[in-house]
Amino acid sequence: MKKRLILIFITLFLLLIAVFFINLSLGTISISPKAVIATLAGFGTKQEDIVLFSFRLPRIVIALLIGIGLAISGTILQGITNNDLADPGILGINTGAGLSVVMFIFFSENTVVNSFSTFLMPLAAFVGALVAMFLIYFLAWKNGITPKRLILVGIGINSAFSAILIIFQLKMTNQSFSQVITWLSGDLWGTNWGFVVAILPWIILLGSFVWIKGRSLNIMRLGDEIAVGMGLKLERERRILLFTAAALAGACVAFGGGLAFIGLIAPHLARRIVGPLHQIMLPAAALIGALILLVGDTISRNFFGPSEIPVGLIVSIIGAPYFVYLLIKTA
Amino acid sequence: MKMLKEVESMGEKKPKNKFKLNKMPFSKSVMAALIIIIGVVLLALMILASISMGESRTSFSTIITSLFHYNSENMVHQYIREIRLPRALAAVFVGIFLAISGSIMQGMTRNPLADPSIMGVMGGAELAIACVFAFFPGTSYLFLLFASFVGAGMSAIIVFSIGSWTKGGLTPVKLALAGTAIGTMLGALSTTIAIRFNVARDLSFWYAGGVVGTKWSSIPFLMIVAIIGIFMAIAISKRINVLSMGEDIALGLGINVFWTKLLGALVVVILTGASVSIAGMIGFIGLIIPHITRFIVGSNYRLIIPCSGILGGLLLITADMLSRMINPPYETPVGAITSLIGVPFFLYLARREGRGMI
Repeated sequence: MKKRLILIFITLFLLLIAVFFINLSLGTISISPKAVIATLAGFGTKQEDIVLFSFRLPRIVIALLIGIGLAISGTILQGITNNDLADPGILGINTGAGLSVVMFIFFSENTVVNSFSTFLMPLAAFVGALVAMFLIYFLAWKNGITPKRLILVGIGINSAFSAILIIFQLKMTNQSFSQVITWLSGDLWGTNWGFVVAILPWIILLGSFVWIKGRSLNIMRLGDEIAVGMGLKLERERRILLFTAAALAGACVAFGGGLAFIGLIAPHLARRIVGPLHQIMLPAAALIGALILLVGDTISRNFFGPSEIPVGLIVSIIGAPYFVYLLIKTA
Repeated sequence: MKMLKEVESMGEKKPKNKFKLNKMPFSKSVMAALIIIIGVVLLALMILASISMGESRTSFSTIITSLFHYNSENMVHQYIREIRLPRALAAVFVGIFLAISGSIMQGMTRNPLADPSIMGVMGGAELAIACVFAFFPGTSYLFLLFASFVGAGMSAIIVFSIGSWTKGGLTPVKLALAGTAIGTMLGALSTTIAIRFNVARDLSFWYAGGVVGTKWSSIPFLMIVAIIGIFMAIAISKRINVLSMGEDIALGLGINVFWTKLLGALVVVILTGASVSIAGMIGFIGLIIPHITRFIVGSNYRLIIPCSGILGGLLLITADMLSRMINPPYETPVGAITSLIGVPFFLYLARREGRGMI
């Protein structure tokens, strides 16, 4: 069993590295994998240096981090709510971020603020995600939180936000409308080193924190009564993990838009491949999430030119069949 | 089915079981009867109100004459017959369809998150419409209707087959997961097509459009769907009662679980497919109305199915009238209004410890 796990992790890791290099070498200016390695080691031409270090590398790092973050966030939410359908999307976190961004685009149309949108849009998304989470938690609180109430309130908030969102969306000009559609479908933007620096510590710190809390997540999966019986401070653990999930999802949504599907399928895939123990499953889910997003990014940048198809759509189109295949194969 | 009926009729005759029947919360069936009687009257009134509303207010007597003594040369009569009446009727039908299929979905899957969209129906219809917009621009209204109905049906068939092929059979969670995955994939495909062929905005307007622009020619279609779908829904409601207690119990009581699910899925597909093709995406009714109904009439699906239908019809026709009143002459998307009406109520129910919610 242990051997199998090690093998799985090595395979996932190698796959990730392979896709990493393929992604780096493909593009409008293609660079051979050999040249990629040379450039990374510091022996590239000036053009290769610019293409790799200023454009492709930051984008890939952001994609990796977002994949990891969404996968972990989805794992937490499925663990806390004990519901296999939970993900940042269904709980209204994504919609909160989406609404915030749509309102930002709507009100900043033709104003000075619009020129700072590269920096303000991620901020708007992040704030929207956290506001949604606070609202859900506040409304679901009544001498504590139960998973069922949390999900129900989440659905309610989600539908209310989507309702307001569509009203704004239909009032927009054509250009803002396509901007919004792209955003909501999930698209990597703001790919520069500044954003990498902003998101990297966030994902690493929160991710390792969740990994340490893996035991609590295992116990929560057993149901409330058993969890309390085993001496878990259920309410506190749940609150901490919930806001960690929201913070992770918020950061990812801020730079990647509506990519919720990864948060739904990565934990499922991981659970079906390595089993339900969170200490093992979390890293696997993180690797799978990163892998899915990287593959999606490679395809969306290279196979649909000249108009780029948002990566979120590609992720759904290629992720769903594999997900369904696993669904059919495993009991 | 036959056996079930026998069991039940036996139960009614035996005094022992009669005692049990009396112990059942009597007020719930009274509530159900009240909902149905008052609801039907209200529906009729709302249809009249909906027809009379508009830029030029029409008196009730004009409406009545236009309905029963139709004069094809009278402009007002034509307007009522061709534009306002179809719209009002479509709102009621779609509301009924969505609420009933939502009730069936939640009963079959025993998941409070389940709604008709979980069968991937919306995704299939959206893809069909995106293809029509992109590849056959300017096709007729009826063809559009037909295409989205077929798209909805196809996607539901895929989801249901995937759900039943899986090892360990068709569990509710698997059905829901398969539906979500397929629905997301089809939705993504249609957005991809929409972006590539520059019809994204048209597509959004279509699925947020509600019952605006429903034509008289689609009313017979809705009637047929209503007769078949509602009849089947009521016919299987007893089986859904058993199924909602859990599959083991259902098997133990000698119910053919697979056939029940297949029939249930068929009803859902017919009803949701028709709603989607007439009104686009109005997702909230199928999710929330069943919860609200269950809260009022209890967990007996023989009551839930008709009552949720009536409440759904009422909600949608009210929302459709509001959509014309909020910001005239523009119309606010009706799906947004149903959500904004339903959410506060839903949150209130959710906070009551989810009482009455499965």
